[in-house]
Amino acid sequence: MTALARGIGSRLGQAIGLLLAVVVVVFFLIQLAPGDAALYLAGDQGVGDAEFLARVRADYGLDQPLLVQLGTYIGNVAQLNLGESTYFNEPVLGLIIERLFATVLLAGTSLIFAVGLGVAIGVYTARRPESPMSSAATVASLVGFSTPVFYSAIMFIVVFAAKWRLLPVGGIEDVRYDGNWVGETIDLLQHLVLPALSLGIIYLAIYSRLARASMLEVLESDYIRTARAKGARERVVVYKHALRNAIIPVITAAGLQVGNLLSGALLVEVVFAWPGIGRLAVDSIFRRDSPTLLGIMIFSSAMVIVANLLTDLVYRIIDPRIRVGGSR
Amino acid sequence: MTDVGVAIEQVETGGRGALRMFLRNKAAVVGLVVFSLIVLVTIFGPGLYGISANKMVAKPFLGPGSELAPLLGTDYLGRDILAGVIGGGRATLLVAAVAAAMTMTIGIVVGSLAGYFGGWIDALLMRFTEIFQVMPGLLFSMVVIFLLGPGTRNETLAIGLTLWPLAARLARAEFLRLRELEYVKAARAIGCSDLRIMFRTILPNAMPPLLVSATLTVVIAILFHSGLAFLGMVDVNTISWGSMLGKNRGYTLTAWWMVFFPGIAIVITGLSISLVGDGLQDAFNPKLRGR
Repeated sequence: MTALARGIGSRLGQAIGLLLAVVVVVFFLIQLAPGDAALYLAGDQGVGDAEFLARVRADYGLDQPLLVQLGTYIGNVAQLNLGESTYFNEPVLGLIIERLFATVLLAGTSLIFAVGLGVAIGVYTARRPESPMSSAATVASLVGFSTPVFYSAIMFIVVFAAKWRLLPVGGIEDVRYDGNWVGETIDLLQHLVLPALSLGIIYLAIYSRLARASMLEVLESDYIRTARAKGARERVVVYKHALRNAIIPVITAAGLQVGNLLSGALLVEVVFAWPGIGRLAVDSIFRRDSPTLLGIMIFSSAMVIVANLLTDLVYRIIDPRIRVGGSR
Repeated sequence: MTDVGVAIEQVETGGRGALRMFLRNKAAVVGLVVFSLIVLVTIFGPGLYGISANKMVAKPFLGPGSELAPLLGTDYLGRDILAGVIGGGRATLLVAAVAAAMTMTIGIVVGSLAGYFGGWIDALLMRFTEIFQVMPGLLFSMVVIFLLGPGTRNETLAIGLTLWPLAARLARAEFLRLRELEYVKAARAIGCSDLRIMFRTILPNAMPPLLVSATLTVVIAILFHSGLAFLGMVDVNTISWGSMLGKNRGYTLTAWWMVFFPGIAIVITGLSISLVGDGLQDAFNPKLRGR
């Protein structure tokens, strides 16, 4: 248990270092952009003389050496201050937290759907490698890999919302259910189906293939042959002995894909007018609201880092061999 | 099929068997043929078709098959959808190809240094790689374009800077594995320089998996550029499949053809390249067939 604790401790240290590095990268990206905040404000207010610029730069600390500015920036982020939106005139962190639930709900549902169904399909097809279902899964995974998530999202709208009128076209809630929590929940789930399906189906394609490959490999290994030789029932061999090892690469991939999942969620949020942080990021670009955009960048990187930490933890629980050493 | 042979042999190192394996794989050959056709259409199609994708040619909102409509219908401004599908691949394929080349170059340089030298160089470079892995890719490329402005060069840069960590990790793993082999030790024993061992002895043998990864990278780069175009982040004057989806998506409820055809173009392009990548994978590593 101490090895587990130590492993987690060192991972935590690395995670904090990583987040710090992301903040530094974002800071230097800002420096790359032409112009600075003073010029932006000057343009905003229609005054652009040198005296005004100098005063603003002094007010905002932009006349300080770069390293001092970097220090201030890191200090602010460490105190959970991601700056203030130039569009809403509100702290960026608050804007993100207001929209966090929607994004996590969307991404989480898609991920659970993709991993759960993907593993089921993988196990099924790995046991029948020559079946038509098996080749269908391979083709589907290639198509899924090549399909833009915003395209599947739009086509879902065309079919399920426009043609058959089964599900809402976008948004997250309908005003008519206000105050009735049962109605509100059903309404939320109805709005969730299409966005989560469009995002999840892409990852379903990837995970079912991965689960199949990993299951095929495990089923060929010696310990499975041993289990069969001593007369264990097929059901026990597959679902108890094999699945436990076969699922590890899927969890690894799912953990590493969280960044991509958030990228996909961003596109889906735009298509379905889903009020999450991805849509806020896109809107911020068109509002030229860089504090919000960069705040979302840092915040979502932190989300990915946390997701990686959790994956690491899950591994250590599933697979005792990883507990010592712990390097990937 | 001569172009097939040339493309493979240039990158093949002593693998006629692999080429034969590849050509025996029907799906992969179909993928290669379809992709070659798409490239040809992208280059010569707009000139041959003769109708500008930016010009109003008929009444807006004409569906395919309706009177006076072009083959695939018109969009909300009466522009020919078919002209857009034919010309819309140019910007995306160009950016994707250059971005993928950039990705592989950065990836191979970083990965080979890390894998070959190991120790603190490896630790440092892998930490650096990790920074780029935790930033959500699409968001990062959006930020780069936001800060540098749109345009082909910046779009390529934005995508290339986003996608390289995967190639770096793969190259590192290959170098780690290969540097322990006999022939590399032999090269070291006869006094070859590190640079020579890295790029003349190890790299050619690390190429097969990197090549497979390069084809996948092209697909991902196409999806990235389409996504950025869809969001309206790229040069607004260039028609691309992604931008067609982005601009027409407001009319999906009534005019499915405006989004259906440009999207199918992206899927078919990506799929054809994926099939080639899959075929390469099987050819280089027959043991993994069907996985």
